[in-house]
Amino acid sequence: MAANLHISISAETLTSFGSLNFSNSLLTSSIVTVLMVSFFVLVRMSMGKQKNGLLHPLQNLSEFIIEGFYGMVQGVTGDHKKTRFFMPFFTSFFLFILFNNWFGLLPGVGTIGFKEKVEGTEHAVLLQQEISVPVAEVQASEKIDEAAVETVEANEVEETANEAVETTEEKSVFVPYLRAGTADINTTLALGLFSQIMAQVIGIKYLGLSYFKKFFNFKDPIMGFVGILELVSEFSKVLSYTFRLFGNIFAGEVLLIVMSALIPLVVPMPFYGLEIFVGVIQALVFSLLSIVFFNIATIGHDEH
Amino acid sequence: MYSELGIGLIMGFGMIGPGIGLGLLVGKGLEAIGRNPEATGKIQTNMILGMAFTEAIAIYALVVALILKFV
Repeated sequence: MAANLHISISAETLTSFGSLNFSNSLLTSSIVTVLMVSFFVLVRMSMGKQKNGLLHPLQNLSEFIIEGFYGMVQGVTGDHKKTRFFMPFFTSFFLFILFNNWFGLLPGVGTIGFKEKVEGTEHAVLLQQEISVPVAEVQASEKIDEAAVETVEANEVEETANEAVETTEEKSVFVPYLRAGTADINTTLALGLFSQIMAQVIGIKYLGLSYFKKFFNFKDPIMGFVGILELVSEFSKVLSYTFRLFGNIFAGEVLLIVMSALIPLVVPMPFYGLEIFVGVIQALVFSLLSIVFFNIATIGHDEH
Repeated sequence: MYSELGIGLIMGFGMIGPGIGLGLLVGKGLEAIGRNPEATGKIQTNMILGMAFTEAIAIYALVVALILKFV
């Protein structure tokens, strides 16, 4: 794999429980979730305790974070009651997406893994072959050497006919153990669906059944048509959320891989800085947009 | 081979619109901040939101390019 770029648009499967596939991005997001939960449990345990006559530093830190978020949500809603209700969503969206984005930048994520033989689905194998692009023609000879070594290994492991050896050698797929959670379209789709469904729930909570007047209005044909447009836009928002986050983070990963393959020294460093920045901005955009749509859902159609 | 050409064209032409849009957005936002520095926070929030929407268009082009390349 030294001479080849490893880029895969879909998350690779690590193990599967029956028909449930456990992918590497799921592993990463589970790690992030465990870390976040343990951090906040620590914060809860340190609350009210004093250290040298001062507040516990963990409580101080989390109060600083929460105050900043409160101000941001208050700026959108302009109503303290709503802000207190929307705050948990904003905070968990922001922190979860932010840490997932940053986790993908850690060294070892996406580079440490194992080689899987044939086991992967036909589609994944084909994808892998198509994607493995040789970086430099110079390294082609090395690649052939590697291939020869691998064939020898395959010969040792499997004592079958030559044809079988060739096919298994061809179909080995590199599977990294970790992959940034938000660089998998399933994660971002789940987040987008959750945010959009929650917007409907909040709309019904604040306006009751009159919330649906926004979509189904039979009083006059123009408003009826507008309602259909509103209905379609609710679904397109899910797609928009999904592809914005996935596209940004996955494109960042591809950018880093290509840059590191072209010039491995010093040159990728500013791009790492850019990716850290993009991680913050995308987390902010996702959570802020969610809050804006929640807020729009609470306002009746006649009022604005 | 033709799909590679398509990818190049998508990324080239697809970035024109969002590029112009982002330039206009940030330019107007900075103008507004210069005229009314007290409203910086509010202008910045709305500017970033608008930038996210504009950028989404570029991301759609990117997604099409990715699909052409990898699927």
